[in-house]
Amino acid sequence: MNADVCVQRTRHPSRSSMALILFRAFLTCPDACVFQMVQDPTQFDVLVMPNLYGDILSDLCAGLIGGLGVTPSGNIGANGVAIFESVHGTAPDIAGMDLANPTALLLSAVMMLRHMGLHDHADKIQTACFDTIRDKKVRLKSLLGGLQYFCSFKSKFQTMKAACL
Amino acid sequence: MAGKAWRSALSQVVGALKNETPQSRTFIRGIQTVTLIPGDGIGPEISNAVMKIFEAAKAPIRWEERNVTAIRGPGGKWMIPPDAKESMDKNKIGLKGPLKTPIAAGHPSMNLLLRKTFDLYANVRPCVSIEGYQTPYTDVNLVTIRENTEGEYSGIEHVIVDGVVQSIKLITEQASKRIAEYAFEYARNNQRASVTAVHKANIMRMSDGLFLRKCREAAEKYKDVKFTEMYLDTVCLNMVQDPTQFDVLVMPNLYGDILSDLCAGLIGGLGVTPSGNIGANGVAIFESVHGTAPDIAGKDLANPTALLLSAVMMLRHMGLHGHAKKIESACFDTIRDRKVLTKDLGGNSKCSEFTEAICQRMKDMD
Repeated sequence: MNADVCVQRTRHPSRSSMALILFRAFLTCPDACVFQMVQDPTQFDVLVMPNLYGDILSDLCAGLIGGLGVTPSGNIGANGVAIFESVHGTAPDIAGMDLANPTALLLSAVMMLRHMGLHDHADKIQTACFDTIRDKKVRLKSLLGGLQYFCSFKSKFQTMKAACL
Repeated sequence: MAGKAWRSALSQVVGALKNETPQSRTFIRGIQTVTLIPGDGIGPEISNAVMKIFEAAKAPIRWEERNVTAIRGPGGKWMIPPDAKESMDKNKIGLKGPLKTPIAAGHPSMNLLLRKTFDLYANVRPCVSIEGYQTPYTDVNLVTIRENTEGEYSGIEHVIVDGVVQSIKLITEQASKRIAEYAFEYARNNQRASVTAVHKANIMRMSDGLFLRKCREAAEKYKDVKFTEMYLDTVCLNMVQDPTQFDVLVMPNLYGDILSDLCAGLIGGLGVTPSGNIGANGVAIFESVHGTAPDIAGKDLANPTALLLSAVMMLRHMGLHGHAKKIESACFDTIRDRKVLTKDLGGNSKCSEFTEAICQRMKDMD
């Protein structure tokens, strides 16, 4: 494990000073990574990996937060192209019935705003979305299942961590 | 067809015998000799713990200790010592602690050497939640069966041009058929309801496609076991949300490497996860898959649970279900009780105290 410190200037208007980002080269095998991920995902930050491992890990991590219905995604291409997308299915059974959950596509759009440097608008939309979900007053049916798993996991994880202290 | 019917009947008889106590036909009346490979680091002390517990359980096992540290054979090829190979070929069943691979240049991985020597084609890892050892996941009860000889770990790589490397994933009909049929046989013999083939045949149409085809063909021979198929990424997503939906999972090498460790993480880690390797010619080696923990070696601090549960798997493989159940219950009850636990399980007891607590429980059962 090597530790190098690199400095990156951010373009966020409210962060005019230089931001110090600790870069730590931490090499781990995919089996060790998933093993650690399900026990304590908080130890991870940004993970970079080849194609197949990414296919596996990205879905695993989506599962940890509640599923594809709440997971944003972005694809970065050459020549400055970037396409942001929701990665869930087309759900033909509820199409046109005003039942769909727009969270995944909305959070992908927030990612897009950040990519474009529109951080204030991104923060505003994201905060409104998360507050609405946290408020629990206006909840989509599709959110119940995924968030049920997430809340159950988070609750047990926090209880377990507290017990170990 | 007659052969199929006979095999099916035999398997069902084996399954029915599971409900009988205490010994299978193969080893009735006899003491079975098992090759014990204590291993390195904490290996010897956790092996001693297992031997002590087996003695307290009056399990009809005689241990034949062997060292598998690789030596150079004729022609300079690395091999396991002849007496270790001879012991395994004779006894067929082995129990192994953690091994360290010496740093000497060119020294092969010890686990790889064992795998190749005995053609250990199936890695079987039952993952069951342990009451008393809390994780964010409860009620996990599944088994991963990993093809362990080919796939992405065939070791075939080459440089096309500078900066472009190709790695060959080798999938063969023979290996796929063998692992698929083992998975169904295991499910039937252990009263598991379903087998799920884990694959990416939508992307790797030829390699995973072949693997999947062999699983489907095997499913036809085991109509009493439900067969499903699921993409690997979908399995991972669903696994972390609700592992109770899974039963027996069979998959090629790399997916098995990842999924078996994921599932071990769900139940609390490698310190409590058993593992078995099934080979050709009736050989089977059961092992703890954690490391040698050199920092605590010799200090009576190690947790023998993983090796003990692997030994319990071994007893079930040998048909000694009564003894397996007794030892497993004593182990789980001790952990559930939370009075005598090693440090990694949340307690501050020594390995010997934990072992003694399990032995005492078995004496109380009698």
